[in-house]
Amino acid sequence: MSLFDSKIPTGPLSEKWTKFKADAKLVNPTNKRKLDVIVIGSGLAGASAAASLGEMGYNVKVFCYQDTPRRAHSIAAQGGINAAKNYQNDGDSVYRLFYDTIKGGDYRAREANVYRLAEVSNNIIDQCVAQGVPFARDYGGLLDNRSFGGAQVSRTFYARGQTGQQLLLGAYGALNRQIAKGTVKVYSRRNLLDIVVIDGKARGVIIRNLITGEIERYFGHAVVIASGGYGNVYYLSTYAMGANSSPAWIAHKKGAWFGNPCYVQIHPTCIPVHGDYQSKLTLMSESLRNDGRIWVPKKMEDVQKLRRKEIKPTQIAEEDRDYYLERRYPAFGNLVPRDVASRAAKERTDSGYGVNDTGLAVYLDFAEAIGRIGKKGVAAKYGNLFQMYEKINDENPYETPMMIYPATHYTMGGLWVDYELMTTIPGLFAAGEANFSDHGANRLGASALMQGLADGYFVLPYTLSNYLADEIYTPRMTTDGEEFEQAERQVKERIEKLMSINGTESVDTFHKRLGKIMWEHCGMARNAQGLKKALEMIPELRKEFWQNVKIPGGSDYFNPEIEKAGYVADFLEIGELIVRDALHREESCGGHFREEYQTQEGEALRNDADFAYVAAWEYKGENKAQELHKEELRYESIELKQRNYK
Amino acid sequence: MNLTLKIWRQKNAGTKGKFEKYKLTDISTESSFLEMLDVLNEKLINENQEPIAFDHDCREGICGTCGLYINGRPHGPEKGTTTCQLHMRKFKDGDVITIEPWRAKAFPIVRDLIVDRSAFDLILQAGGYTSVNTGNAPDANSIPIPKLDSDRAFESAACIGCGACVATCKNASAMLFVSAKVSHLALLPQGRIEAAERVQKMVAKMDELGFGNCTNTYACEMECPKNISVSNIARMNREFIKAKIFAEVPTAVETGD
Repeated sequence: MSLFDSKIPTGPLSEKWTKFKADAKLVNPTNKRKLDVIVIGSGLAGASAAASLGEMGYNVKVFCYQDTPRRAHSIAAQGGINAAKNYQNDGDSVYRLFYDTIKGGDYRAREANVYRLAEVSNNIIDQCVAQGVPFARDYGGLLDNRSFGGAQVSRTFYARGQTGQQLLLGAYGALNRQIAKGTVKVYSRRNLLDIVVIDGKARGVIIRNLITGEIERYFGHAVVIASGGYGNVYYLSTYAMGANSSPAWIAHKKGAWFGNPCYVQIHPTCIPVHGDYQSKLTLMSESLRNDGRIWVPKKMEDVQKLRRKEIKPTQIAEEDRDYYLERRYPAFGNLVPRDVASRAAKERTDSGYGVNDTGLAVYLDFAEAIGRIGKKGVAAKYGNLFQMYEKINDENPYETPMMIYPATHYTMGGLWVDYELMTTIPGLFAAGEANFSDHGANRLGASALMQGLADGYFVLPYTLSNYLADEIYTPRMTTDGEEFEQAERQVKERIEKLMSINGTESVDTFHKRLGKIMWEHCGMARNAQGLKKALEMIPELRKEFWQNVKIPGGSDYFNPEIEKAGYVADFLEIGELIVRDALHREESCGGHFREEYQTQEGEALRNDADFAYVAAWEYKGENKAQELHKEELRYESIELKQRNYK
Repeated sequence: MNLTLKIWRQKNAGTKGKFEKYKLTDISTESSFLEMLDVLNEKLINENQEPIAFDHDCREGICGTCGLYINGRPHGPEKGTTTCQLHMRKFKDGDVITIEPWRAKAFPIVRDLIVDRSAFDLILQAGGYTSVNTGNAPDANSIPIPKLDSDRAFESAACIGCGACVATCKNASAMLFVSAKVSHLALLPQGRIEAAERVQKMVAKMDELGFGNCTNTYACEMECPKNISVSNIARMNREFIKAKIFAEVPTAVETGD
């Protein structure tokens, strides 16, 4: 086991962050003006980091592929954001949020990071309210909360089903304020194509202007990757169409290690797949499980009648319904964590009890809630979600249960970072979903928004300053040095190579084929045989891509096919690493379920003796296998246990 | 279903555009409008033609990226729906569908059906925020806010910045967009502090960028995919007049550092 320094401060868990802040180096205001920071991505992590760093006085440049930073996919997060405020007086605390997050992540996250996350969670809510984020309130004018999976307290703050939107608009407002002041500059419709490393440190980026096709160079004393996760490797997912993991992958190929790539979250409640032309899957918020009950019929004859449309779900008697989550997990019921709920749905549909014509759907039923709080009560809580469901499915969920099925939603893995969120390349940081750090093998609902904003508002301002304090001796560089020249040359060569293939299959076709391999062999359940097969199929597909992809048009104007081709070329490499990681991890934990390793009741069976570590993969060159490094996970205040939600 | 599409094609802002006709067969009524365009683009690529450029991203109706002018209406025929949430079951077999970009002086065309809406960012940069640095905030429950105010603020804050209001307005006015942000913040105690300054700066920026005036046709409310109400415009007008009469606003562009 090769051990390496994750720079966790010494001392008791609850004092580590305080100690770090007290010891961290500072940069004086006049020096801050001389330091440049590049941020890739404008979602919750990127926007909050950029705004906060701008407020501190650094010169910040933000790059995003969207036409404006406000459209980053954090905007689509529905349910809420966790914090340990204990406003509901239900026994919550920083420790409990920390504990639930570690347990929810199946004991595969770094204790110190998670404790810090829980610690700053309360500051996030304060900050957002001050920005004017209209969180839900009760009639006394105070903030309301609801429950999310994996917790027995109500600690989730929300703004109807649009929490991500409201938080992102808050961060975007803070960003706009800095833009007006001149500390932050936003470059939209731009793609990162390379990171420039000079004397071992991240010193700049090569960017493609998507409108003109021009290649641009930018210098920075530090670079932050906040470009989100890599779930679109699976093609169909709840991610945005443009969501890509190229920035993280470029960082990896430049020397940043990649942590736990096999930890992919398959979210239990999404609208099922309905056809080959389908471009994406839509999430139905986890918050719906506060009031919705998940079931399939008990009797196979009812299943068959449903598929033939001879009966309606509402006609199936109460005693003939199998509320399988309530049956299997009485303590948490419908609010078990996502990995558990997804696998349970898979178990039922694999056994033949799926309720739609493809057999890949279960019911999420609100009849009981409508009886209890009325249609109006349900509408007030979930109105926009019900509307969205009706638009897509042409069915009224107030009258008939929703049909749902698991879909790729989030990636817990990402760039390996130390306690200071720095990757293995000095000066290159990763924040939000792009890093691997806080969610272990499974993320709890409403924790992504918390982590993105924690990293951006409250962690990076300290840790980045700690790094930049030594950079005050490095004057701003021009971008005509050899390293910039060479990086630009390579980027241009790759584009020319892609354009010159002139094959017969579109980029999307390759993407769909990759997605199919990933979903089939490295989805909700994995086994050695399937993973080995995928390890053969992906390199073959990648080879075919580089021989036969077809990109119409030219590269010196707005041509979305070029962007997509770059993303898919990278997905074809990331996919392989996900599979390699999944194959090496011979245990089941969180979102990574190996069929060979399960308890008699079909629950995930961890192997703490051999696998209580972070797998950090080092890039070794094209078409070579990555080298595995292991960061041992030491639990000082938590006892490792079999996760139990029964 | 089989369809005939008349789609606006334009290489870039500097060239002239025109409508091109395309035929599509066997489109599923279950597919979304954008998935129908995906099918067309796949077909065009296979025929060695350049696909149609259109803006889209989340495909969940929340990011505000998509925006097509469909048969003379922004986001198409269904009320309260973004283009990406529009489904082909709303059309009939044999339909001729005309698809154009947003058309407004302040939104120049980038390519085909894509326009540049950065003017919206500039308006928000003029004042669409509260001036609070990270780490400065008091406890979130220290200021109770009446639920009604909070709910109203949320409804205004739900604007996705797609630009349909501008596209549908005969004057290409951005009043609905601007007033939604002004209202959202003016309704909350945290936003009240800078309300007078904010409304004046944002309105001034809106005028400067070439958006037209509001003549109360309410077309914007009709076509808004998020059902943002024109009452926001009334509130903004009140805020604006109040600010002009009562508030002392610093004349220089002073942002408070």
